[in-house]
Amino acid sequence: MKPDIFQAIADPTRRAILTLIAIQALTPNAMAEKFDMSRQAVSKHIKVLHECQLIKPEQAGREIYYHFNAQKMQEFDNWLAQFRRNWETQFNQLDEILSSIKEQKQ
Amino acid sequence: MNNNLLFDVTVDKAAKTIFIIREFNAGLPLVWDAFTKQEILDRWAAPAPMRCKTKYMDFKVGGRRFYAMINPEGEERWALQEYTSITPKTNFKLFNCFADKDENPELPGSDWDHTFSEQNGKTKVHISVFNESLERMERLAEGFAKGFTIMLNNLDELFATLQQE
Repeated sequence: MKPDIFQAIADPTRRAILTLIAIQALTPNAMAEKFDMSRQAVSKHIKVLHECQLIKPEQAGREIYYHFNAQKMQEFDNWLAQFRRNWETQFNQLDEILSSIKEQKQ
Repeated sequence: MNNNLLFDVTVDKAAKTIFIIREFNAGLPLVWDAFTKQEILDRWAAPAPMRCKTKYMDFKVGGRRFYAMINPEGEERWALQEYTSITPKTNFKLFNCFADKDENPELPGSDWDHTFSEQNGKTKVHISVFNESLERMERLAEGFAKGFTIMLNNLDELFATLQQE
């Protein structure tokens, strides 16, 4: 099954990789070095991050550099703002109903 | 608008849970009814301009509510809820999933937990929503919320929050 953005972010190492890549695109080798991990372990994290589109590979000569995909993060942020607004609207509707029921009872 | 009433939405990404807190200017029995009685629910449980229509609701453990969210174009999005736990005037839990118009569930769904408490004539409702895949919920919500204005938030802010975790 394709990993989702939340599974990707739940892991502290992947969060650290994202934070680093947000500042500067890196090759898998550079990541392995910075995190003192095997190349194999780094590849696994890259795979998860890439599959949920949080990072994008870019070929530069013989090396592959991974970039942070800010747009993907923004999509989630937008969704959450919308989710919050929907609830806000619903609860404001409920406020009016509650006050009208209270008035009727008086 | 009651902007002085507490309202907060937070996400715990690692726990795949959304937390919603809202305070209401009414006593607990009335707020409890508003969340658990079909005739009141249908008046508020969809954000305008959408509306909510409950086909049937059986508020007891193991009972179900089958309802639709209807957008201004008249498109219906059906969903099923099953009540998994009820402690009267205190807490109720339900399992929610989308469904087709013939009540066939589209799994997976999400687990909802509602807790009610009253203080000084105001009632606080805590809701937590656990979703096996929040991204899936995100996609479904987006599909239905099409046409709504989207608020843009600052990416830097989001990133600062992620780093604090």
